[in-house]
Amino acid sequence: MANFLQLLISGLSTGAIYALAAIGFTLVWQTSQRINFAQGEFVMLPAFFALAGMKWFGLPFSLAALLAITVAVFVLGVMFKKVIVDPLDGQPGLAVVISTLALAIFLKDGVKDVYSAEAQPFPTVLPDVLLSLGPVKVSLAQVGVLVVAFASIFLLSWFLSGTRTGRQMQATAQNPTVARILGVPIERMVMYTFLINAALAAMASLLISPIYLAKFSNGEALGLAAFVAAIVGGFNQVRGAIVGGLVIGVVDNMAAAYVSTSYRQAVPLVLLVLIILFRPQGLLGRKEERTV
Amino acid sequence: MKAATLFGALGALVIAGGAAAQDVIKIPNIIELSGAGASVGQNWRNGTAMAVEEINAKGGILGKKIAMDYVDTATDPGKARAGVQRALDDKPMAIFGPIYSGSVNVTLKMTAEAEVAQIIGGEAGNLTAQGSKYIFRTSFGQNVSMPKIANYMRDVIKAKSVSVIYVNNDFGKGGRNAIVPELEKRGIKINGDLSTEPGQADFAPDVIKLKSANADAVFVYTNEEESARFLIEAKKQGLNKPLIGETTLLGQKVIDLAKDAAEGVKGHVGLTADAPDAPIKAFDKKFEEKFKYRSDHNGIKGYIAPYMLKAAVEKAGKWDAKAIAAALHGLTIDPSKEPGILLNATWDETGEIDRASYLAEVKGGKQVIVGTLPKLKP
Repeated sequence: MANFLQLLISGLSTGAIYALAAIGFTLVWQTSQRINFAQGEFVMLPAFFALAGMKWFGLPFSLAALLAITVAVFVLGVMFKKVIVDPLDGQPGLAVVISTLALAIFLKDGVKDVYSAEAQPFPTVLPDVLLSLGPVKVSLAQVGVLVVAFASIFLLSWFLSGTRTGRQMQATAQNPTVARILGVPIERMVMYTFLINAALAAMASLLISPIYLAKFSNGEALGLAAFVAAIVGGFNQVRGAIVGGLVIGVVDNMAAAYVSTSYRQAVPLVLLVLIILFRPQGLLGRKEERTV
Repeated sequence: MKAATLFGALGALVIAGGAAAQDVIKIPNIIELSGAGASVGQNWRNGTAMAVEEINAKGGILGKKIAMDYVDTATDPGKARAGVQRALDDKPMAIFGPIYSGSVNVTLKMTAEAEVAQIIGGEAGNLTAQGSKYIFRTSFGQNVSMPKIANYMRDVIKAKSVSVIYVNNDFGKGGRNAIVPELEKRGIKINGDLSTEPGQADFAPDVIKLKSANADAVFVYTNEEESARFLIEAKKQGLNKPLIGETTLLGQKVIDLAKDAAEGVKGHVGLTADAPDAPIKAFDKKFEEKFKYRSDHNGIKGYIAPYMLKAAVEKAGKWDAKAIAAALHGLTIDPSKEPGILLNATWDETGEIDRASYLAEVKGGKQVIVGTLPKLKP
């Protein structure tokens, strides 16, 4: 039982990071009807912004992390929208798919060439202190990841439902035409979702890199996990992406422990197929509805 | 007349160019320069480049300079096979690489058929057990290193039970298949036998399983990056058992990545830049000055490969592929005569290498040698 609980906590911890990345998929989808296939690389890249800040500018980790989030918001938010997404406005969805796939390759190889092909150690925010909860032992770092990820998700939920801008973003997602008639600045709201996506990706990057180590190829596995999480949870619901991320994290851990490490990557994909077959809108998704 | 002079001059240039080309022997170096093994290949490449530079500066081998023809396998056995096939089409004098055992496995029959010596970095035990007379190791095979580790577990760690965690590739499976019977022969119980995937990032479930297995020690046999991730997770979850491994657990690369999570890790290393021997210290210093970082064991393996070729060609007395391979069998090279070989080494009829090795621990963020094991057949 203690093992099960430890696996559960560990899975939730990893799943919370997947959820941060998966939310990005759903936000961008809802406001712009686009899927960003470079989302995994969006999670990989900010860690290298932080490493560059420490290595090239001699910044302490806390400042480097802030720098990483700021640069990510500008590069992966503003520039991504202005350079990749906006010029393809009105083009078929396939054009954006191909563009974001190309962007993924560009970012991956860019990091490999500019920084290094080798994995890099990445500082952890919290120390590896072991906490005992009865027979279950979890590390402070694991709990910290859970707390930071959930705090980010809670803040996002509060922002979307508790602020005027958030409600305008929801209105934009639900019906952009009506929202425009009601005076909502649609373009600005869409831009905000891209900025939020970039900030969440940066948070995920800073949380996952101490575990995965910072490496140019990290985006492949992270992007796939987040994509599967978004579909499993429901592509048109932020809370769906959260649940999807947590489910994938836990299922992945349980599969590795109780099925086989060799099949651990296959188990979430089997879950994905089952969801598509029996509940195509995802666990918490709604049919024919768009809402942030 | 002017045209005839021009053609004459051109002809002389072509002949001179041809003669210059014949004075340089190209050796295909088919290694992992990208993909999961990029850091391994990079180290090997730098090692070979440094050795080739030294050899050429001293006049080359039998009056001919050598040049490396680097081919990237992208850590893909299929591409390694294609690279070796293309290299063999040019009838090379020898082939260096690959380093990953899986890539060596799919190419060793090709070099055997072409009767060309293949100087490899692979360590899987089965590579030299397939009957090829043309394959030569630069490091111990698992069939040599695992008995040493099993003795260490029994005699130094005093383990009665051991958990084994290995990577599910040719290297990892070879190590696992070699260590388990060796431990059992010594009366050590296998308590937990976990496979992990190449490139695996999350080791949380594996560490939880190891904790519940509660063996006296854990034998870790994964590639360098995965070893670092495992150590980080093991520390995070408080896995407080002796973690024992080979070079891929104790190497400087792993220590740099895992930082204090690598502290206290112990094991056996075949090659290390921290070895107390003078030629290795000199190599370490020169490598660091040249490349601005310290070499790992792959850099040393790459470094000795051109010196193996040099000794074999000089023993054969001619540049002939078949004669070079024949000369390598039973060859012993001593650093007193050829400092580039770093340690006294002998190659047997299967291409297996015999030389001294080390027991090491990670202390204060560095690999510290705590003992030297002599050659099996001094």
